[in-house]
Amino acid sequence: MALLEVRGLRKEFGDVVAVDGVDIKSEEGEFLVLLGPSGCGKTTLLRMIAGLEHPTEGQILLGGEDVTDLPPRARQIAMVFQSYALYPHMTVARNIAFPLKAQGVDGPERDEKVKWAAGLFGIEHLLHRRPRQLSGGERQRVALARAIVREPSVFLLDEPLSNLDAKLRAAARDDLMGFQRRIGITSVYVTHDQVEAMGMGDRIAVMRDGKIRQMGTPEEVYHHPADTFVAQFIGSPPMNLLDWGDYILGFRPEHFLPEGVQDGGDRVPFDFFVNRIEYLGSERYLYGFIPGHEETKVIAMLPATVTVPLEEQRQHRFSVASDQLRFFDKDGGQKIPPQTIQA
Amino acid sequence: MTWDSTNVARLREKTRRRHRLGRVGLYLSAIGFSLFAVFPFSWAVISMFKRSNDLYSRDNNPFWFNEPPTLQHIQYLFRETNYLTFVRNTLIVGLVVTAVTLAFSLPTAYALARLRLKWGERMGIAIFLVYLIPPTLLFIPMTRVINFLGIQETLWSLILVYPTITIPISSWLLMGYFKSIPMDIEEQAMVDGYSRLGAITRVVMPLMFPGIVAVIVFAFTLSAHEFIYALSFNKASAVKTIATGVPTELIRGDVFFWQSLQSAVVLVAIPIALVFNAFLDRFIAGFTMGAVKG
Ligand SMILES: Nc1ncnc2c1ncn2[C@@H]1O[C@H](COP(=O)(O)OP(=O)(O)OP(=O)(O)O)[C@@H](O)[C@H]1O
Ligand SMILES: [Mg+2]
Repeated sequence: MALLEVRGLRKEFGDVVAVDGVDIKSEEGEFLVLLGPSGCGKTTLLRMIAGLEHPTEGQILLGGEDVTDLPPRARQIAMVFQSYALYPHMTVARNIAFPLKAQGVDGPERDEKVKWAAGLFGIEHLLHRRPRQLSGGERQRVALARAIVREPSVFLLDEPLSNLDAKLRAAARDDLMGFQRRIGITSVYVTHDQVEAMGMGDRIAVMRDGKIRQMGTPEEVYHHPADTFVAQFIGSPPMNLLDWGDYILGFRPEHFLPEGVQDGGDRVPFDFFVNRIEYLGSERYLYGFIPGHEETKVIAMLPATVTVPLEEQRQHRFSVASDQLRFFDKDGGQKIPPQTIQA
Repeated sequence: MTWDSTNVARLREKTRRRHRLGRVGLYLSAIGFSLFAVFPFSWAVISMFKRSNDLYSRDNNPFWFNEPPTLQHIQYLFRETNYLTFVRNTLIVGLVVTAVTLAFSLPTAYALARLRLKWGERMGIAIFLVYLIPPTLLFIPMTRVINFLGIQETLWSLILVYPTITIPISSWLLMGYFKSIPMDIEEQAMVDGYSRLGAITRVVMPLMFPGIVAVIVFAFTLSAHEFIYALSFNKASAVKTIATGVPTELIRGDVFFWQSLQSAVVLVAIPIALVFNAFLDRFIAGFTMGAVKG
């Protein structure tokens, strides 16, 4: 039985359809990432699970029970807002104790739990401070501690790292993952950063325009994208997509290699006209096009270990292993079975 | 210029002198403003104890006692006028009007600021427009309403009329305060296990404190100093407020009971000043709390 299940969930705001028929099943202890561009309905979906927004249609189940019509307080769900939403008039200790107070936990037991939650995130020394006296990273920890303190059944996080600088963000990501593994709490994590999604998620749900376009492990989503949107949204640089007659042909930049670098197996050769080369230390990016498909920019990414000399403004012979080629329908962009291809 | 030690020493000396001058300037202007603010009040305090001969003689120093001070004018105020009744009436009207104003404007402002009502925005503007109608225009229809209800010559007339002014303005004022409190905080409290009402009382209201104080100050002072309605609805001495009672009963024709007038003012001003002072710290604290991330 899935711990968290969402069936045919739909939310309209007037004419805007923010979430358009979403189904999710999440197992106990899973870290599920909702990934999608801005405005695709991630926050709205999360708010419906939390009970802050009532769905226009569909059901939300927790542990098999239908909670669609229950108010947030009855759901035993914790949520961390993008803004952290700390209570400015309370100290850190009172912020963390606040959910416990609602449950009627008090006295030494409450203090005990506050200490435990603060300890998990290393903020015991901040307990007497107020939110305005904290740095961004410290605020985030307080928000996480407050969310975790009453040991919720599901943990919802709405872009909790988006306000931290790059270095802090990597550290916080690490902390968060370590913590999630230790506690094993079912989490739904919203982000529009695909690197974050790939690194953290047990599974990723890629959303667009209120719909889930694909749900799967990071490997599945990366190597077998369900459609051209997912193919381009995940991976940096994104998958190369070429209009190839009856279908769309796709391959990842790191699989597009000069002839002779990788031998054996079944390889499909291409001519590649290189416009520009970017040298980035650990790899080289080659920008150009395939003759006959001048309108589409193609990118090749060569690791530093590939030392074949290549020149700008020259045509070179490249190839892709045939099992790394992906095929998509021309209208709709859905994945289709492998085709035979004449280059 | 090179950074040799004499230069640095000279610069340091210069900075220090400038800093000292700055402090002197700050204190001088603070003292100046304090004197300016205190002057009318202290004059009133001195006058209320002055004998009439002392007050009216042109040769006397107006800022100090030239004859021994006296309590006779304060006694006059309490014995010969209904001053205590005026004070009591003012307190009753002020407190009831303030309570009614809060009871109506808090929910109104919350609804306009928070709930996604179709007409919310326009209703907010409509409420604000009420503010632009001069009270002297509303005076005639109000009188008819009061007479129709038969509550002229009672405190009810004022308790009914003042909220028509205070509720719209307070709603508008509180709406701004509600909007300045992030919705996230309220929703977080709901996720943390509270009902909407619980979230409002535990999280929103403490942050609304400055707004609520502003409304209390506004509603109470309006009830205390309003003159036109108070004068025309209530003519009997027993139902007058300070604003009407003091000037009508201590100015008789062209005879001004100056000392008693001053006493009447000072005696109500002191407790009010003390109450405001008690709230001042929290009032300012409310503005300086960082709500969400910085
Ligand atoms: N209260 C609302 N009223 C009207 N439209 C709304 C409301 N909330 C969200 N929307 C619309 O629903 C759509 C989805 O919004 P949502 O906030 O869920 O996006 P998101 O995926 O979280 O985006 P972001 O990554 O920018 O946070 C958007 O088009 C938005 O304009
Ligand atoms: Mg969002």
